[in-house]
Amino acid sequence: MNQDISYVRTEDAPLLEPPSSQIGPRAWLWENIFASMADYATPSKAIVSIMMTIITVFTAYALVWMTWTLLDFAIFSATFFDPEGLKREACLDAGGACWPFIKAKWYQFMYGFYPPEEVWRVNVCMALLAVGIAWLIFPLPHRGKVAAFMLFGYPVIAFVLLNGMPIEHDGDIGHVVSGVWFPLILAGIAFAGYWVTSHGSIGDVGEAMAPALLMAAIVLGIFAGLPLVTMTLDLALGTEVVETNKWGGLTITLVVAIFGIVISLPVGMLLALGRQSNAPIIRYSSIIFIEVVRGIPLISVLFFASAMLPYFLEPGVDFNKLLRAMIGVVLFASAYMAEVIRGGLQAIPKGQYEGGMSLGLSFWQQMRLIIMPQALTTVIPGIVNTFIGLFKDTTLVLIISIFDLLGILSATLKDPEWSTPTTAYTGYLVIALIYWIFCFGMSRYSVYMENKLDRSHR
Amino acid sequence: MSEQATARKELAVSDEVAIEIQGMNKWYGTFHVLRDINLTVYQGERIVICGPSGSGKSTLIRCINALEEHQQGSIEVDGTKLTNDLKNIDKVRSEVGMCFQHFNLFPHLTILENCTLAPIWVRKTPKKEAIETAMHYLEKVKIPDQANKYPGQLSGGQQQRVAIARSLCMKPRVMLFDEPTSALDPEMIKEVLDTMIELAEEGMTMLCVTHEMGFARQVANRVIFMDQGQIVEQNEPEAFFNNPQSDRTKLFLSQILGH
Repeated sequence: MNQDISYVRTEDAPLLEPPSSQIGPRAWLWENIFASMADYATPSKAIVSIMMTIITVFTAYALVWMTWTLLDFAIFSATFFDPEGLKREACLDAGGACWPFIKAKWYQFMYGFYPPEEVWRVNVCMALLAVGIAWLIFPLPHRGKVAAFMLFGYPVIAFVLLNGMPIEHDGDIGHVVSGVWFPLILAGIAFAGYWVTSHGSIGDVGEAMAPALLMAAIVLGIFAGLPLVTMTLDLALGTEVVETNKWGGLTITLVVAIFGIVISLPVGMLLALGRQSNAPIIRYSSIIFIEVVRGIPLISVLFFASAMLPYFLEPGVDFNKLLRAMIGVVLFASAYMAEVIRGGLQAIPKGQYEGGMSLGLSFWQQMRLIIMPQALTTVIPGIVNTFIGLFKDTTLVLIISIFDLLGILSATLKDPEWSTPTTAYTGYLVIALIYWIFCFGMSRYSVYMENKLDRSHR
Repeated sequence: MSEQATARKELAVSDEVAIEIQGMNKWYGTFHVLRDINLTVYQGERIVICGPSGSGKSTLIRCINALEEHQQGSIEVDGTKLTNDLKNIDKVRSEVGMCFQHFNLFPHLTILENCTLAPIWVRKTPKKEAIETAMHYLEKVKIPDQANKYPGQLSGGQQQRVAIARSLCMKPRVMLFDEPTSALDPEMIKEVLDTMIELAEEGMTMLCVTHEMGFARQVANRVIFMDQGQIVEQNEPEAFFNNPQSDRTKLFLSQILGH
């Protein structure tokens, strides 16, 4: 059957474009939005589809309405400028956001009542912080040294910059030295103790004490160094003391939050380890601390620190209100942190401890090199959750009349010169945005770290 | 068989005592796990410990580097007595290498870092030297090209060989193996056993808890059979397999060699 089969195609037909229902925005809309509303094959499916239609319409309406309201408030009906200095009258009739108010109070939002002629000190301090954090986030060379500086050097500089001179002096170097020698000698003793316990043969008790002694030496060294540093800075720059009750706004929020974050993580680690310790004294004191602190509201801790503590101290003995609030926040965050980290410790298989032990690593070496790095990586979401909670909990220092970012807003809202119906909304919107930026930043950084440190699926 | 036996005899066993266990007893609560264990291991010996599950064989070798505490009797490793003194325990652990059933590599560190960690922190070896040593042993277990990967990227057999290299980096006097091939696919068992055989041929003192009887025949100079926390029988492998003395040993051997 040798037929002419010229009507049979000898090559493939050209590929057609996919139908428009399969690609492009129309397909996307169909697949993601309308598909759930189009099935009327049976009564029950029809009911579902009708419900989905109602929900979709309602959601779409709500979304549009909210976006519109926000845009209308913030932009279309808002007052942006107040060239004539009318203050409240400038905003009164518009009915939208009162941006001149934010501009007028921005300084207070940022610095509280910090004297304007000294405010460069806060700026230098924050700039240093930003550089330090950026250095550690975008891995630049010498990270270890920068991290050590941020942990031990920066707090001293920040304190000197923000607070100014911590001791009285008359510029006479001899007087300063006389205030330095005592902590210096103690630091020397502590360091000698560290040297002996870590290199000598004091035994396991000594070895366990070595890190604590080193810490003590460092802290005492900072104490001893402080007057020297401050005097140098004072002679060079003439920094005046700015009492902490003049600090405020974002400055206070950041000081309290960063202090809390930096201290609560190591304290939380120690508490978590303490809770798992075989030594009953350590275990029970850790449990009691964690359970007591977790059982009390932060407000009551802060209130106690502020209002009640003076009754228990001798008259004249007082320590800084801000410091008390900071310690309260740290104690609080540490207890939560300890439980988060304990969760991570429980996820570490027993074999990891045995692997470390069988190689002859000491307890602290196992913790530092093997257990903690893995435990902390496992619970990064929980740790950052606690950090974000802590950051927002700093607003509670308002209860003891420390004016953080939110507290400053409440104070400025009482200014009658800016009293309009929309002032408060504008203020809260801006403050919420500032908090959100910081918290979202922390959240993103945690996601980045999780991916970076994930070794399991590579 | 006889060839293997002659090859085995060439491996020297010195008179120097590596491990001395006398009258050792251990309880878990009221459960008596190890009963009156007496065992002397000489430098260069290759001992295989076998026995039914729950017989205490793993517990015995874990006592040797104090991963488990013993309650009675004495254990002396290389002249250091294991007491409650952490200093002695750390000393013994750094002289005794151990490989586990589940490898226990550190997943957050690279292969190379796994191998250099203990030399750097325990032996205070300079980093450069530790890396050289680590690469030497990784070459020995035939995976130098994986040095910068993480344990999770390696096969089970490769991970176990890394674990052996990690222990060797501490230059141990004695190596303990706790069922090193039990968690491996059959194909990977051979590569790990080959590494262990090579190690034995270099004169390493080894104690292996294993069910690999071929390995026992080939390299062991002594096989120990344990049951219910006791050493029931010990002998040279040929005598042990061909002419077991106790009924319990006969039963055990008939069950594991029967098919």
